[in-house]
Amino acid sequence: MGSIGDVVTRAVKKHGKDATMMLDVIRDVQSELGCVSDEASAAIADNLGVSKVDVDGVVSFYHFFSKEPRGKYTVYLNNSAVAVMKGRDAVARAFEQAAGCSFGVTTFDGQIGLYDTSDIGMNDQEPAALINGVVFTNLTPEKAKDLVFQMKAGKDVKAMVKETGEGQNQSALVGAMVKNNIQKKGAVIFAPYEAGSGIKKAVAMTPEAVIEEVKKSNLRGRGGAGFPTGMKWEFTRNSKGKKTYVVCNADEGEPGTFKDRVILTELPQMLFDGMAVAGYAVGAEEGVLYLRAEYEYLLKYLQSVLDSMRNSGLLGKNAAGKKGFNFDITIKLGAGAYICGEESALIESAEGKRGEPRNRPPFPAQNGYMGYPTTVNNVESLCAAARIMVQGGEWFAKMGTFQSHGTKVLSVSGDCSKPGIYEVEFGVTLQSLLDEAGGSDAVAVQVGGPSGKCVAKKDFGKKLSFEELPTGGSIIIIGPNTDLLKVVHNFMDFFVEESCGWCTPCRAGNVILKQRLEKIMAGKGTESDLKEMAQWCTVVKAMSRCGLGQTSPNPIATTIENFREVYEAKLQKGADFVTEFDMNKAVQEYCKTAGRNPNIEGH
Amino acid sequence: MSKITFEIDGKEITGKAGQTIVEAARENGIYIPVLCWYEGLKPAGICRICTVKVGGRNMAACTTPISEGMIVENAIPELEDMRKALVEMLFVEGNHMCPTCEKSGNCELQALGYRFGLLAPRFPYLFPKRAMDATYTKIMIDTNRCVQCRRCVRGITAKDGRHIFAMQDRTGHSTIVADRELEAKMSDDLAKKAMEQCPVGAIIKKEIGFAVPIGKRKYDKAPIGSEIQK
Repeated sequence: MGSIGDVVTRAVKKHGKDATMMLDVIRDVQSELGCVSDEASAAIADNLGVSKVDVDGVVSFYHFFSKEPRGKYTVYLNNSAVAVMKGRDAVARAFEQAAGCSFGVTTFDGQIGLYDTSDIGMNDQEPAALINGVVFTNLTPEKAKDLVFQMKAGKDVKAMVKETGEGQNQSALVGAMVKNNIQKKGAVIFAPYEAGSGIKKAVAMTPEAVIEEVKKSNLRGRGGAGFPTGMKWEFTRNSKGKKTYVVCNADEGEPGTFKDRVILTELPQMLFDGMAVAGYAVGAEEGVLYLRAEYEYLLKYLQSVLDSMRNSGLLGKNAAGKKGFNFDITIKLGAGAYICGEESALIESAEGKRGEPRNRPPFPAQNGYMGYPTTVNNVESLCAAARIMVQGGEWFAKMGTFQSHGTKVLSVSGDCSKPGIYEVEFGVTLQSLLDEAGGSDAVAVQVGGPSGKCVAKKDFGKKLSFEELPTGGSIIIIGPNTDLLKVVHNFMDFFVEESCGWCTPCRAGNVILKQRLEKIMAGKGTESDLKEMAQWCTVVKAMSRCGLGQTSPNPIATTIENFREVYEAKLQKGADFVTEFDMNKAVQEYCKTAGRNPNIEGH
Repeated sequence: MSKITFEIDGKEITGKAGQTIVEAARENGIYIPVLCWYEGLKPAGICRICTVKVGGRNMAACTTPISEGMIVENAIPELEDMRKALVEMLFVEGNHMCPTCEKSGNCELQALGYRFGLLAPRFPYLFPKRAMDATYTKIMIDTNRCVQCRRCVRGITAKDGRHIFAMQDRTGHSTIVADRELEAKMSDDLAKKAMEQCPVGAIIKKEIGFAVPIGKRKYDKAPIGSEIQK
């Protein structure tokens, strides 16, 4: 500890007097002082040569930073739709009762803070929470009470983890109770892989030939958008810049996806190999892994993997034994913001700023990290690239469908008996996946997370592929006992919470959509309300600046399309207009104070 | 500078390389409605009111550079209705009381409302709880009126380049604040500039108000865009 000034000075000394390191400085201050007070942000501003409001702007942008103290123990309980399906609300009540404060605040003694957070990448083992960065999964009300008991006793958080998950979750540097739940291994990602083999193969070719091989494979970006990886590398390579960067997007934040977490846990060598391959191909010397804050528990472990790769000559000067190829990787941590999964927002965040997407053009391939040409690739894409080096592009291209080649790692969760990781060849039907995952009684499946599509039974025979049912990996199974509209509402809540606020349609439009949805859910909707809501979805999608707003109305739009009857059942048929205003509710507080019974009609 | 020929709504026009669609259109007497755009500031693509179709794809005209042979659709009914929807969103998202606002008549949001023939917004009012902060030295910030265009963030800086204004928070809660230390050191001219650059009445310079009476203000005489449109 020490005075606020000392803590800030130390953090700045550690990370450098450089505004692009602001996130790292703030993170240190937050973790040491429990918050970034006005005094602290003024000190940071002074040290980094920016105005105080700019520091405050960054602090207030991210979930895991705060101006007010959030307790010696800070509980971030996931509030994603699947967490709710798995009993999250009862767990939340148990936390509240045991701690003696409600969610959103910290106990009076400053010991325990309870906060909601968006999906933390544990959908296959919900309800889950982060307590001071340590993951707790499969929570029950009893376990929540026990955790609070231990917090009250002053126990170290790490010591509260009683058993660890399988694989590398057990390693000394991870020690997490997180489970991998790898249900199905495929040929590309989870097949045996010899560390270093990808990059060694790559450096035996010319960079152009590496790009050619990736192009031949028809590998498309695995984050969801599906941009051809080879083409991205070629654009980046051909951009003129003093430097070039490879950035790995390990900020999987789409609710329901957790595949990158498992890859990071079990296959970091393959991933770093893939980054080196990309570096060699585009002519980069530096790679940056942008790791979402929720996965900070993997940081030390990942750094140790990088160290061992440096020691064995795979990274560093003359990497993989290739004379003149110098390549190394650093890890940058996020701080809790879904939008940072958007590649240009991720770059902004990695540069220490608010994670707001950039305007395009220019694209990151021309003007990315620190203003240099940058290729931003998903974790799984880079692993696939490493595999393509070993097995060849042709081998990869043989798998899958016409426009989707290779395999896809899926994160399956929700109403099914075998949630977890499934690596399947592109082209398998949704129905066969449901059968394998024990989700045969599904009535709806959210493919591609909230920003994807809510698929009805009639379409379960469609193929998982870019052309029929595209997905970045999130598959949420919704069974007959789950209220579909509540799921839709949860998703809209998520988008309202995660919109960066930059552009009008996404910032205001999602709030408006959610409000209209609530009106219909409350049984106060009419036919025209539903019709208007569908039209407003089109406006938000058409006018938004980035992928978030262009897809955020999807939960509503695709359920209106595929599950119209669910909405119809809630409507007041034949009514021209029903007000959402509830007079009795509006005067409730007044009546309580005045000791009167609401008697609206009597007035 | 090399010339670029392209098309807006079927009309062939010429611009200079490096210009955005909005800039080239203005020079050619074609009005594309804008709100967050401001002459001389780096365009930011925030309000999206300038959205046009480029080769059938929606793009912000303020941030999209022109290119040879580009086909731009601007004043088409589909876009005009969506632009109007955005203006309506801005009205319902804040608390805009034109009759009591110092900026009335000079307000670009109000002017756009008139231009788009906005009678009542299609969306329900959100009536957010927002604050008016009059504790600054030179200015007042009324976030009820803020449309989050960030003209102040982009255009009003201290001599050393530090931002005087910055966005706080995110989502619908995002809000503009001024740095107290830097704001207090603003010259009167800079404070005036901040107020003028604000398209609405969110930034008000203290002490002088209603110097030009309502009725004799910029958009009282002619609708917004008429200064450009030929």
